[in-house]
Amino acid sequence: MEFNTAGDAASKIKEVLQKSGMEPTLVRRATIVSFELELNIIIHAYFGRLRAVIKENCLEIAAKDRGPGIPDIELAMQEGYSTAPPFVKEMGFGAGMGLPNIKKNSDILVVRSRCGAGTFVYSLLKR
Amino acid sequence: MGAYYHSVRLLEEKCKGCTNCIKRCPTEAIRVRQGKAVIIEERCVDCGECIRVCPNHAKVAVADDLTVLKSFPKNIALPAPALLGQFGRSTDEAHILGALLELGFDDVVEVAVAADMVSEVISQYLQSGKGPRPAISSACPAVVRLMQVRFPSLLDNIVPFEPPMEIAARLARESFGFGEVGVHFITPCPAKITAVKQPVSYKGPLLLDGAIPISAIYGEMMKRLNSARPFTPRATSRGIGWGRSGGEGLAIQGSSVLSVDGIHNVIAVLEEVERGRLSGVDYIEAQACTGGCVGGCLTVQNPFVGRTILKHKASEASGRKALLSSEALADMYRTSFFDMSVKITPRPVMRLDTDIKVALAKVNQMEQVAKELPGLDCGACGSPNCKALAEDIVQGRASELDCIFKLREKVQGLAEAMVEVARQLPPPVASRAETEKGERRDG
Ligand SMILES: Nc1ncnc2c1ncn2[C@@H]1O[C@H](COP(=O)(O)OP(=O)(O)OP(=O)(O)O)[C@@H](O)[C@H]1O
Ligand code: SF4
Ligand SMILES: [Mg+2]
Repeated sequence: MEFNTAGDAASKIKEVLQKSGMEPTLVRRATIVSFELELNIIIHAYFGRLRAVIKENCLEIAAKDRGPGIPDIELAMQEGYSTAPPFVKEMGFGAGMGLPNIKKNSDILVVRSRCGAGTFVYSLLKR
Repeated sequence: MGAYYHSVRLLEEKCKGCTNCIKRCPTEAIRVRQGKAVIIEERCVDCGECIRVCPNHAKVAVADDLTVLKSFPKNIALPAPALLGQFGRSTDEAHILGALLELGFDDVVEVAVAADMVSEVISQYLQSGKGPRPAISSACPAVVRLMQVRFPSLLDNIVPFEPPMEIAARLARESFGFGEVGVHFITPCPAKITAVKQPVSYKGPLLLDGAIPISAIYGEMMKRLNSARPFTPRATSRGIGWGRSGGEGLAIQGSSVLSVDGIHNVIAVLEEVERGRLSGVDYIEAQACTGGCVGGCLTVQNPFVGRTILKHKASEASGRKALLSSEALADMYRTSFFDMSVKITPRPVMRLDTDIKVALAKVNQMEQVAKELPGLDCGACGSPNCKALAEDIVQGRASELDCIFKLREKVQGLAEAMVEVARQLPPPVASRAETEKGERRDG
């Protein structure tokens, strides 16, 4: 787990959004979504990519990883559900709030996963 | 001067065009162009980092001095709590405040007294559960302006009360009125000077007439400390503590407080808040200077020494009774006495264009340009890093050849082209000497 680079991708997305002149509330929502997606890749998967596409009236963020996948997506979406190991919890993560927060801040959210293969999350944020 | 007032300025004749300040600036507001630093006005938050870091003392704070007292028949001094941390441990508060009177002030309103009140008001506000959490202190104007530029989505988290300096000014105006009376802040920093001249959360006639640096009067105060007529201090330890990091946190009661100092540390904490990852914190005390206001770049004492002295001064004042009871303050809290009169609005100066389509195109262009740059962030081009140069190029403020590596490539390319051209030249015509030699041999 590469914790020392955690947040780099989210920071970069924030910076680009600010340079594009996106509204502060959208930037904030996008920051939360991308940071949580980034962390989930770091904590739960082996490796992955975060991609953001800025359009005039919306923003798309997609996270794709190779990893164990999520066996029960509905369960994973519930507040407080987490399989994070204890040492991750000690660092203040693993409260099972990531996916619920991503959902709260997205206008469209798609989660697909194949056990043993990986996970794909797509989030669309309208301006 | 443009739309923004700034206390922080450049002394061109002293600037050597080095890269110290451009690298340190938290909002990337400085460039070196034609061998001199240039401050981008819209971005500067007057934090004073560049003043601290400049080895040539080319960055200065423009401020008032004691001559401003001549403009008014009567003058009131509003000393920042940090002033008390500037003198020796044994120098008592009464003599420090008294020395201000010796300098020509007619009265003193301690900002620490206002801080006493604000502490109580914020404590009550936090207990009322109003407003988004974590609430963020409004005390450091450099932090507030940093947020306008870099963290606009967190502006609503700032407590809706004026900081102690402004409250002290309101108290002074209530007692002494406007017009014939000059009210002057004794400041630890340029950020507060800018706040005096151009407040962000207040509209109306300016409440303060001057801002005089602690460093500008320190020497004169030292001379008068012993002979000064003591002035009875009225602030309690709660308010005095605001002059150092952690002190404000102690003063806010009944809530969990995070204290952070140093502008780059403040940025790191605000990033956490923005990501929604900071839990269990009700209030953030954030100060741009290391050590808090005792570390302001217009103070004299070493910040860490100043902190210890101020702690001591606060403990000496612990027996004092606050000027206003918490009941009286609760009544004032219900009026608008402590409130900011206008909302703090974002300063969207990071965007590349006001037209989002154009801005997006520029972001793409910037990424392309950045890919071609070496990524060494050396600063020799005059921009703080390669990405900033890419932005400057896209904005038409710089060219790719400002990058010394790009320039070298170009020169190398040109040199190679020259050699190539030289190789293709027709063979030289034999010189006359050689022709003559040849003729002799023939003959
Ligand atoms: N990319 C992923 N790959 C595999 N499993 C995942 C992935 N993302 C989430 N999960 C699973 O879903 C659970 C819930 O995720 P969520 O982000 O809501 O909480 P968390 O990451 O455990 O804790 P928190 O986000 O609060 O730090 C995780 O504990 C994990 O079991
Ligand atoms: S911490 Fe204090 S001294 Fe430093 S900039 Fe902020 S208000 Fe000024
Ligand atoms: Mg998570």
